[in-house]
Amino acid sequence: MSEYMLETRSLGISFGGLKAAQDINLKIKKNQLYGLIGPNGAGKTTVFNLLTGVYRPTTGTFLLDGEELVGKTPAEINKKGIARTFQNIRLFSNMSVIDNVLVGMGNSSKCNIMQSIFRLPKHFSTEKQMRSAARELLRVFGLDEERRTVASNLPYGSQRRLEMARALATNPKLLLLDEPAAGMNPQETAELTETIRRIRDEFDMTVLLIEHDMSLVSGLCDELTVLNFGTTLAHGTTEEVLRHPDVIKAYLGE
Amino acid sequence: MKKFKLKHWINYILILALAIPFTVMAFTGSVKGSTSLMLAQIGYSIILAVSLNLVVGFLGELSLGHAGFMCAGAYIGCFTANYLHTVIPNPTVVLILSMIVGGLTAAVFGLIIGLPTLRLKGDYLAIVTLAFGEIIRTVFMNQEAFGGALGLTTRKYGKTLFVIVFVMAIFTVFVTQNLMKSKHGRAIQAIRDNEIAARAMGVNVTYYKLAVFVIAAFFAGIAGVLYGHNTTPVDYGFFSFNYSVEILVMVVLGGMGNITGSILSATLLTFINIQLTTKLSGDLAALKYLIYALILIVAVIWNNAPALSKVRERFSLRRLVEYIIIKFRGHRLKEDGGMEAPSTADWSKVPTKIPMDALLSTDIIPEQSVKEEGDKK
Repeated sequence: MSEYMLETRSLGISFGGLKAAQDINLKIKKNQLYGLIGPNGAGKTTVFNLLTGVYRPTTGTFLLDGEELVGKTPAEINKKGIARTFQNIRLFSNMSVIDNVLVGMGNSSKCNIMQSIFRLPKHFSTEKQMRSAARELLRVFGLDEERRTVASNLPYGSQRRLEMARALATNPKLLLLDEPAAGMNPQETAELTETIRRIRDEFDMTVLLIEHDMSLVSGLCDELTVLNFGTTLAHGTTEEVLRHPDVIKAYLGE
Repeated sequence: MKKFKLKHWINYILILALAIPFTVMAFTGSVKGSTSLMLAQIGYSIILAVSLNLVVGFLGELSLGHAGFMCAGAYIGCFTANYLHTVIPNPTVVLILSMIVGGLTAAVFGLIIGLPTLRLKGDYLAIVTLAFGEIIRTVFMNQEAFGGALGLTTRKYGKTLFVIVFVMAIFTVFVTQNLMKSKHGRAIQAIRDNEIAARAMGVNVTYYKLAVFVIAAFFAGIAGVLYGHNTTPVDYGFFSFNYSVEILVMVVLGGMGNITGSILSATLLTFINIQLTTKLSGDLAALKYLIYALILIVAVIWNNAPALSKVRERFSLRRLVEYIIIKFRGHRLKEDGGMEAPSTADWSKVPTKIPMDALLSTDIIPEQSVKEEGDKK
């Protein structure tokens, strides 16, 4: 058990000559709501892609709960306990709501292909257990009624919630939310704030989120890191950071 | 006792409905030789279509090498069978053993081809599998041990071969259906819908892609062995690119990811094909492909045209089944909560033509949506 749930040590990546992210040092404690903000193109999503194994960092390393995860594939990293949502929603659009969540559940169940094909007792027991866990999760997100709907037919807000439910179904230690409030109106954003808080409390979750909506960030996050042009501009508690002159300059100009 | 769910059993019922009457006739000796040949052909077409559906419909990768896998299975399986006939007297045991050998050979080919090509997507994968299919075929053609260009002569099975073919078809459906209705099936469909998200949800994409490739090739190999014992000699020309496309047509026509559809379309297309070949002789033989193509076009339009949605609903198979059930039981079946997702292609909601009077009237909201809202309340 480490002091920090997630620790990145001078994490960076460059694409040819372009340093998309460099020297990122995040220290996120367990149960914290941590925000990653910055202007467009600052490298926030790149950091997420590094943490989930989509990109392999060119410098530095990161540790989840004291365990180094650099160089693992996205699927392995997910099994180790990092789950994410996407900026542009990426649901399994032709599958039903509950099946979306069940895909997430699948990564922790031990039931091999042969057991499923020949319908051995193991198949039924894991299936039953997964199904009830998925129903439970959908109930928390208010999606249980629509569990048989095809995911692409859900309204936008529900799709966002389903993405979070699906991420939580993989039983993570750390949840990465990429712009969860994008495209939402103020009331939906307020509801979302509440949902994220509930996730933290009910699932005992550590959350790292990227967001542009400052009302959400200031209402939710304990600590912030600001990125600009791939480097860390400032970090500290939310109030400090939002009053930091460099941050104001980066957002509003001179 | 669990509730009987029609959609879990419909595939088996369809195959049995076709197989049982003819099996009874075969054992009483009243099946014609040509009919039994046709039944076997229908049977292995079902195996091929259902297994290709696994790759194309469920995994969402376009493979044009299915006939190639079938070829590998046919040659190796039949070669083994020819040898085994000298050792084991029971022909059924020989057939089963050679099917296992043929299936496993094809599966190994599937693995060999799958490993390097899995990084490819879409058109590129289609081209590579097409090329591999042709390579396999040509390699077997040039082996003197397999009869070279004359083909491999196999021992004929009597009029009851089709019974074994249908048993294998049921086995194929059993494996495919059970696989797709499990966590593995969901993972496979997740890869089809969004590969990046599937990776992020802990789905081992490489493993599942390979598994699907290998399983599909295995059944293609079995179909190949059955083909080889139905039609002798095993002719390399049969496994051409055209045949791969023919299997693909069955899958597309039956519906991507729809096992019942694959069974129906494989049965009907094979039947039509054989009827056209036998009925049109002499100069009329040239018409075969014309008529076949016309039938395909009509079938595709019938299946997909938005303008026909009302007609389709009225004469759909589902409706027929429901009608029979209502007549039989005197009441409707209760909507059951299955695992299958409802079809997304709800064409009735897509307006094709805007009727003038609706446009001119003040009521902009279409009737249908109002009615639906009322239903919800």
